[in-house]
Amino acid sequence: MNAQTLAQKLIARAAGRASVSPGEIVTCRVDLAMFHDSSGPRRLKPMLESLGARIWDKDKVVLVIDHYVPEKDEESRKIVRIAREWALEQALPTVRDSQGICHVVLPQTGKLQPGMFCVGGDSHSPTGGAFGAYMFGIGSTEMLSVMVTGEIWLKVPETILMHWSGRLGAGVMAKDMILHMIGRFGMNGGEYQAVEFAGEAVRALSMQERMTLCNMSAELGSQVGLVAPDATTLEWLQSQSPSARAKQRLDSTATEYALPDYQHWCTDAKANLLARYDFDATTLGPQVARPHSPANVSPVHDLAQQGIDLAYVGACTGAKLADLAAAAKILQGRKIASGMTLLVAPASQQDLDQATRAGYVQTLSDAGAQWLGLGCGACAGYGSSIPDQARVIATTARNFKGRMGSESAQVWLASPYTVAASALTGRITDPREYLS
Amino acid sequence: MRVWRFDANVDTDALAPGAYMQFGVEVLARHCLKRLRPEFCQEVRRGDVIVAGSGFGIGSSREQAAAVLVHLGVAAVIAPSFGGLFFRNAFNLGLLALVCPQADEIHDTVSSNHSESGLTVCAEVGYVEQQGRKIQVESTPAFLLEMVRCGGLMEVLRKKMQ
Repeated sequence: MNAQTLAQKLIARAAGRASVSPGEIVTCRVDLAMFHDSSGPRRLKPMLESLGARIWDKDKVVLVIDHYVPEKDEESRKIVRIAREWALEQALPTVRDSQGICHVVLPQTGKLQPGMFCVGGDSHSPTGGAFGAYMFGIGSTEMLSVMVTGEIWLKVPETILMHWSGRLGAGVMAKDMILHMIGRFGMNGGEYQAVEFAGEAVRALSMQERMTLCNMSAELGSQVGLVAPDATTLEWLQSQSPSARAKQRLDSTATEYALPDYQHWCTDAKANLLARYDFDATTLGPQVARPHSPANVSPVHDLAQQGIDLAYVGACTGAKLADLAAAAKILQGRKIASGMTLLVAPASQQDLDQATRAGYVQTLSDAGAQWLGLGCGACAGYGSSIPDQARVIATTARNFKGRMGSESAQVWLASPYTVAASALTGRITDPREYLS
Repeated sequence: MRVWRFDANVDTDALAPGAYMQFGVEVLARHCLKRLRPEFCQEVRRGDVIVAGSGFGIGSSREQAAAVLVHLGVAAVIAPSFGGLFFRNAFNLGLLALVCPQADEIHDTVSSNHSESGLTVCAEVGYVEQQGRKIQVESTPAFLLEMVRCGGLMEVLRKKMQ
């Protein structure tokens, strides 16, 4: 058989084929479909009823209520109520309500496994690629189609390999790696192909850091961001769900749909790539994206005089345990600058609990942080919003004009290290100054 | 068809702003592209076409970004490249999205400075035409053209299930 990329192998299995070629249009069976209160029930329920159809396989569905919680007004209460009532009415077995952001909560359920083919009703669904699953975002109507048929069409993508050698220095994170790549290739640089992250520096990343990398492959414009599963992946999966077999096979009578062992899920040495780019992690410093695009990226020192009013540690891509730990490392024993606001919206209950036990929550509170509820918070301007005219530095994924709810606000994107350091000074600050 | 031109990288927050996402498509449509061309959502007419720079629809998976255009009567969006999610969502909602490497050569016909004639779209044969000049568009898979003809994926599903 021809050498295949990881993306091709994942798609071939889901299409029930031995191999697939880039450019082919294939139909894939979906192993897992995830959606939230915004993209899910309020849109799916009426469409499902209008077709008089049923969900194809409820065990393969995960609903996470994260966008409009905590409810702030009548409209959001209505949206969340529809989600809760529909979950009961459908007797959905896997629902996570106000437990955190879908991309972070989904792997915690133990349902996401290497080798799977998954869809999510959210553009940051490629986060699942951190686990070696082919996972991408779709709109609500297409989600409805998956709910009814269990299938989806796909144009087999080419693969762009991002190879990172070396090791990240102190104060530099996966967020800096992905911002650097978005800055270099632009928001459509991924051409809706598959991007695979590899190399020593990627192997060395924790699962949460890999999730950040794959999450923001959405801002690279790729369909998926993938990391081949390895011992780190299996260890994490076992820690989340001790009862789950790490080398789990899918429950399926059709043998061609069974999941092979994780070693199968890698790009073959001789596989054809659309492009390969090489990076040296050792020389990478903290990166910042200027308003109003994640692609306006500069090294942190180029923006050192930029004043800010609000620091925001939140979102699926910036408020997991690893992110809260990074912020705490900078803020330990320090206070944020006077006049500054530091808002923290933890990515999930699990992350919050672990951060509490580790003392990070106390550290951040002592430094002057204010806490927001579990959920998407102000990242997408759905639930909360940031003040008008605010100059914000945030660990979030997007800084489009108006994205965080205010048209007049300006948002810079950076790692939790850089956001925390900037909160200390009231201007954009290189976190390495606080790590010596 | 009248042509509304937009620059590159029109994002989904410009099409369907997050701050109005709790409302229905009628409300959202009143804010569609307001940030870039404030007159658009007021003056757009059924059958108008949007021609944009590369990366049209980058950003969110929210299909309201395509739904507002359908609601406003936009007949097609033409650009050198699209956000992948928007591209799928457009067809799913019955909106024709055409990849046109030379989209920059298509002129705006709405702003008063231009008196160019309208645009003819021949997606099946792979070109658009303005002032007698044919500009190639990439071919669209037949099942996607059929989806547009049916009025979107819901209607395709409805047919299948009958």
